Amino acid sequence: MTPRRRIAPSAVVWLFLGSAYFLIPLLATLLFSLRNDQTAKCCTLANYSYILHDPDFWSTIKLSFIVALETIAITVALLVPTVYWVHLKVPRLRPLISFLALVPFVVAPIILVVGLLDVYRGTPEWFYAQPYGFLAAVYVVLAFPFMYFSLDTGFRSIDVHTLTEASQSLGASWPTTLWRVILPNIKAAALAGSFLTLAIVMGEFTIASLAQFKTFSVYVQYINQNKTYPAGAITLLAFGITWAAMLALLAVGRGRQAPITEGEK
Amino acid sequence: MSLAWLGVVPFLAYATAFLLLPAANVLIGAFQSNEGGYTLDNVRTLFDEPYRTAFKNSIEVSLVTALLGGIIGLLMAYSAIREGTPRWIRGGLTTFSGVAANFAGIPLAFAFIATFGILGVGTQAMTAVGFNPYDHGFSLFTKTGIEIVYLYFQIPLMILVIAPAIDGLRREWREAASSLGASSWQFWRHIGVPILLPSLLSAMVLLFGNAFAAYATAYGLTSGGVGLVPIQIGFFLSGDVFDNPHLGQALAFGMFVVLGLMMLAYIPLQRISSRWMK
Repeated sequence: MTPRRRIAPSAVVWLFLGSAYFLIPLLATLLFSLRNDQTAKCCTLANYSYILHDPDFWSTIKLSFIVALETIAITVALLVPTVYWVHLKVPRLRPLISFLALVPFVVAPIILVVGLLDVYRGTPEWFYAQPYGFLAAVYVVLAFPFMYFSLDTGFRSIDVHTLTEASQSLGASWPTTLWRVILPNIKAAALAGSFLTLAIVMGEFTIASLAQFKTFSVYVQYINQNKTYPAGAITLLAFGITWAAMLALLAVGRGRQAPITEGEK
Repeated sequence: MSLAWLGVVPFLAYATAFLLLPAANVLIGAFQSNEGGYTLDNVRTLFDEPYRTAFKNSIEVSLVTALLGGIIGLLMAYSAIREGTPRWIRGGLTTFSGVAANFAGIPLAFAFIATFGILGVGTQAMTAVGFNPYDHGFSLFTKTGIEIVYLYFQIPLMILVIAPAIDGLRREWREAASSLGASSWQFWRHIGVPILLPSLLSAMVLLFGNAFAAYATAYGLTSGGVGLVPIQIGFFLSGDVFDNPHLGQALAFGMFVVLGLMMLAYIPLQRISSRWMK
């Protein structure tokens, strides 16, 4: 038996300093959000009440949430069959798909939006001017890296060939196999990718603002610039959304590797 | 020749429409003139002001936050993982890092405004004890301010990326070294650092790209007051600058080149560092 070692003094110092750096802005934002909008005195919940009674808060959060669900649905529908097929039939195409899934890291949102606006400017209003059209279609690309690598890991841990053969020898069609056999087996991976996508879409600002859509984070920026103290309240609410998505991700991924992410910055 | 490759056509078509086509638009547009011909003038303009300074600022902010974020993140991750630290600390740090690495953009910028802005809680607390940082040359709305704020997502990303590499430093190696009479310093000098180095470098390259591509945080903090390349691109797209639309594409092309070089450095480093992780 090894003797229990005490925590090293230098570890205490580093962890303490780090925690202070990470917690102080959150605490300060909380105190800030409790100030009176006129007198700047503590403490009132009026700023939260202001946000919760603002119809724009509800309409933008609803819009962003629906766009997020749509993005997740398209990404899952596009990537699950693709990754399945690559693992089952065309493993030699895997490097190509992995490469394409990584491209959004090099063609960052601020680069992508320049090309996107130029390419799609002339397309019909019902697509280009609609968050449920253009914006959701673009967010699918931002979700590629997260969903792809989550699914790729998921598919590597199951025996795709045996599952497929077993299903088909019992008479199942391709859609049935995919829906009833494969999907339940990679549910955790698909859910992990979905929650990451949710967090990314709810916080995405670059493309939404430059393409002139009024999403949740564009609303947050509007409050930041125009309402000093309610801005503290909306900031904490936005942080709460990120927390909720990431905790849900951890809950579905219990035992899996911690997520390494690179979201909107 | 089997037709199995047809199964990936939907994905390839989608990636072409919304990823490759816009990327190609930027790459080609950067070399087009307003009259329709091809030219190097747009790319040449990147070396004139204010774009030269924007690239300099962006690279500087990315280098500083990659280095500082990398070192602080490594020290925090090592402190949480090393023997003697209670296990729950590591779990807590990993969970928090997962959230903080994603808590960026507009809300992050405001959290720091509420803390160290002119009306911020932290600024007022410091003023109350007789030290107003704004009287001593500090401002959150400068390059230094941006660097302080970027570290909020850089350090957590470092912790998440470097933790598996630290796990790869097996305890037996440390025990073997000390039983052969090596001091702690000798262990790090000859074993620990050389093994961690490729992982460290590849993580820092990733952090560099992470900061370089960031737009929302800098915009939320300064509303474009500090010239970074993404901010300049934002000016173009929101119509503040009208003269030459191809210049926006040239700026995006310049970012693409820097991020592409980053990827070229990242991939081989990643390959070397994964050797030690099994």
